[in-house]
Amino acid sequence: MKRHLISAADLSRDDALLVLDTAEELAQIADRSIKKLPTLRGRTVVNLFYEDSTRTRISFEAAAKRLSADVINFSAKGSSVSKGESLKDTALTLEAMGADAVVIRHGASGAPHRLAGWVRGSVINAGDGTHEHPTQALLDAFTMRRRLGDLEGRKVTIVGDVLHSRVARSNVLLLNTLGADVTLVAPPTLLPVAVDSWPCSVSYDLDAVLPKSDVVMMLRVQRERMNAAYFPTVREYSRRYGLDAERLAKLPEHAIVMHPGPMNRGVEIAAEVADSPRSTITEQVANGVSARMAVLYLLLGGSEPAIGAEVPA
Amino acid sequence: MSRTFVIKGARILGAQPADLLLRDGVIAEVGTGLDAAGAEVVDADGLVALPGLVDLHTHLREPGREDAETVETGTRAAARGGYTAVHAMANTHPVADTAGVVEQVWRLGREAGYCDVHPVGAVTQGIAGKQLAELGAMADSAARVRVFSDDGHCVSDAMIMRRALEYVKAFDGVIAQHAQEPRLTEGAQMNEGEVSARLGLPGWPAVAEEAIIARDCLLAAHVGSRLHVCHVSTAGSVEILRWAKSKGWRVTAEVTPHHLLLDDALVAGYDPVYKVNPPLRTAEDVAALREALADGTIDAVATDHAPHPAEAKETEWDCAAMGMIGLETALSVVQEAMVETGLLDWAGVADRMSFRPARIGRLTGQGRPLEAGSPANVVLYDPAPRTVVDPSQFASKSRNCPFAGLELPGRVVATFLRGRPTVLEGKLQ
Ligand SMILES: [Zn+2]
Repeated sequence: MKRHLISAADLSRDDALLVLDTAEELAQIADRSIKKLPTLRGRTVVNLFYEDSTRTRISFEAAAKRLSADVINFSAKGSSVSKGESLKDTALTLEAMGADAVVIRHGASGAPHRLAGWVRGSVINAGDGTHEHPTQALLDAFTMRRRLGDLEGRKVTIVGDVLHSRVARSNVLLLNTLGADVTLVAPPTLLPVAVDSWPCSVSYDLDAVLPKSDVVMMLRVQRERMNAAYFPTVREYSRRYGLDAERLAKLPEHAIVMHPGPMNRGVEIAAEVADSPRSTITEQVANGVSARMAVLYLLLGGSEPAIGAEVPA
Repeated sequence: MSRTFVIKGARILGAQPADLLLRDGVIAEVGTGLDAAGAEVVDADGLVALPGLVDLHTHLREPGREDAETVETGTRAAARGGYTAVHAMANTHPVADTAGVVEQVWRLGREAGYCDVHPVGAVTQGIAGKQLAELGAMADSAARVRVFSDDGHCVSDAMIMRRALEYVKAFDGVIAQHAQEPRLTEGAQMNEGEVSARLGLPGWPAVAEEAIIARDCLLAAHVGSRLHVCHVSTAGSVEILRWAKSKGWRVTAEVTPHHLLLDDALVAGYDPVYKVNPPLRTAEDVAALREALADGTIDAVATDHAPHPAEAKETEWDCAAMGMIGLETALSVVQEAMVETGLLDWAGVADRMSFRPARIGRLTGQGRPLEAGSPANVVLYDPAPRTVVDPSQFASKSRNCPFAGLELPGRVVATFLRGRPTVLEGKLQ
């Protein structure tokens, strides 16, 4: 594995499979009465969050704590060059604190790349702008594997605002690495103009793609996008690209429905679909902790076995 | 008493070695075996002699951002790069939109004495694109402004652009347009294409530049005015310019050194030293720009030297300032991109970096042939050595150089401004 996890493209096929297998092992301790492992005792993990995302921060925090790491939460929301400390100065502070890993969430694409140039520890991208969110892709792949088995040849359909989605970018890269066939479905305005350079197919017709999908992943669509003319109205968007019960019925029997959250019920996904047994949305949250434990473990403590002695009570 | 120099054995525009006698601010004689009483001898064996370079697009930052550059530091950098004249862009604080500000900048240039400073006047008041600045007053001022630009801000309103083009005909001015359709580039961070799609950075489509260039060429033709297109960056822009020139319209264009050498693949690491407006484009665009400069579709190389303090670039990509410095590397970059590739010879370099930019700016004492009677604006350039670019050695106040660490050819050995050396033996005088 590389020292940092900034892009899903940082993971080779072997790396990705190792993370998923390790996550599977680590998921088992979630079932034990004592959920803690001593693996990262004495190591410091900093959660550096420039955007509000309680769910992602809590997920990383739980993952680090279950591995016995010391966790420092550094909320820098609203910081900018004009208002507060620069990212570089914050990085130098973290460096002085001896951070072994920095988990960064930032509104600017590429902020983790910049941070990696200023700190010695591992940088883990917890979502940067409209670039990537690699641990989300790992937890999604982990969820798919648990439900469907090997991903080789599986057909995954990702629907929605691909242009602005870091989840979509990371998923396309990781799923391609794992041998799945990805199809993106969106109005043409919400796809990058150079999407044909990506390792996936593209369709504008959701109904045509659904019957051939093993997985359909719905992306969050912000209502404000219609103000920049990406689509005419929310109603037209959900009519053409939303997943409702009628469309759900077009999926094969075994297919699952995913959403990275937070959902806009009634926009990209109907409430009855979100709450249906095909939906993995709450599982994804639980699996997030296992996937992030695996990443922290492999980047920071990799040489020791993941499952060993339990921490004495 | 001004000093007299005999330059011995220089290859004038790359031709056979000859001597040049510089006396009383002019080239007194060109020939072989020249000598003069009391003359200082400059051994120019192996050196190419070029006319002093003329930059149509320089940000000197004074008044207002003296932390990034001043007229003095910027013109020292220019002299080191072989320039004897620069056009100082109008986007200062206050904006150069009155006779008072342009005269101030012009005087600062005279006092510094490293090269001629020709202020560019703003087209509109406060470069806000709404109301014409007093173009005539700037033209009539001591600074004799002939080039007008809202650089950094496109004059996007077609009516204002038409009027500006028409109005400056009265004093043979030219509107230098920063071609960028504002609605198509809201929030844009880099060239829109394969790399921007992968990096998740808002794209800056080529069409946003090309649409404005096409419109402006048509406007210039309609009112019979002179249009100059700043920092052309796309293959499509080149096609439009070629077409406009084929019609005989009075359209000229410039390209920056960085757009001749670098492409958008460099953005992959999100290092804002590569963040610039217009953005670095694709390798295909770079090839088209080189070809257009070679065939004359693009008239001039202009640096768009844009100094920024370190903190403006040591940030996330989104909030970093746009721009690169370029005065001290321009000739080396042009040698690498155009001469080493066989696209231009030294006469061609002199044409694109001195003769034509001086004509576009209507400068009379610059961009003259290296012959008896011309003002003694001369660069001696050694094309042989290859060195790694080290911005810590620059005279510019800023260090935002995208060529740092690259090995580039050539070195400016001497620059003469009206017979007076501003650089000698590679050192500022
Ligand atoms: Zn410009």
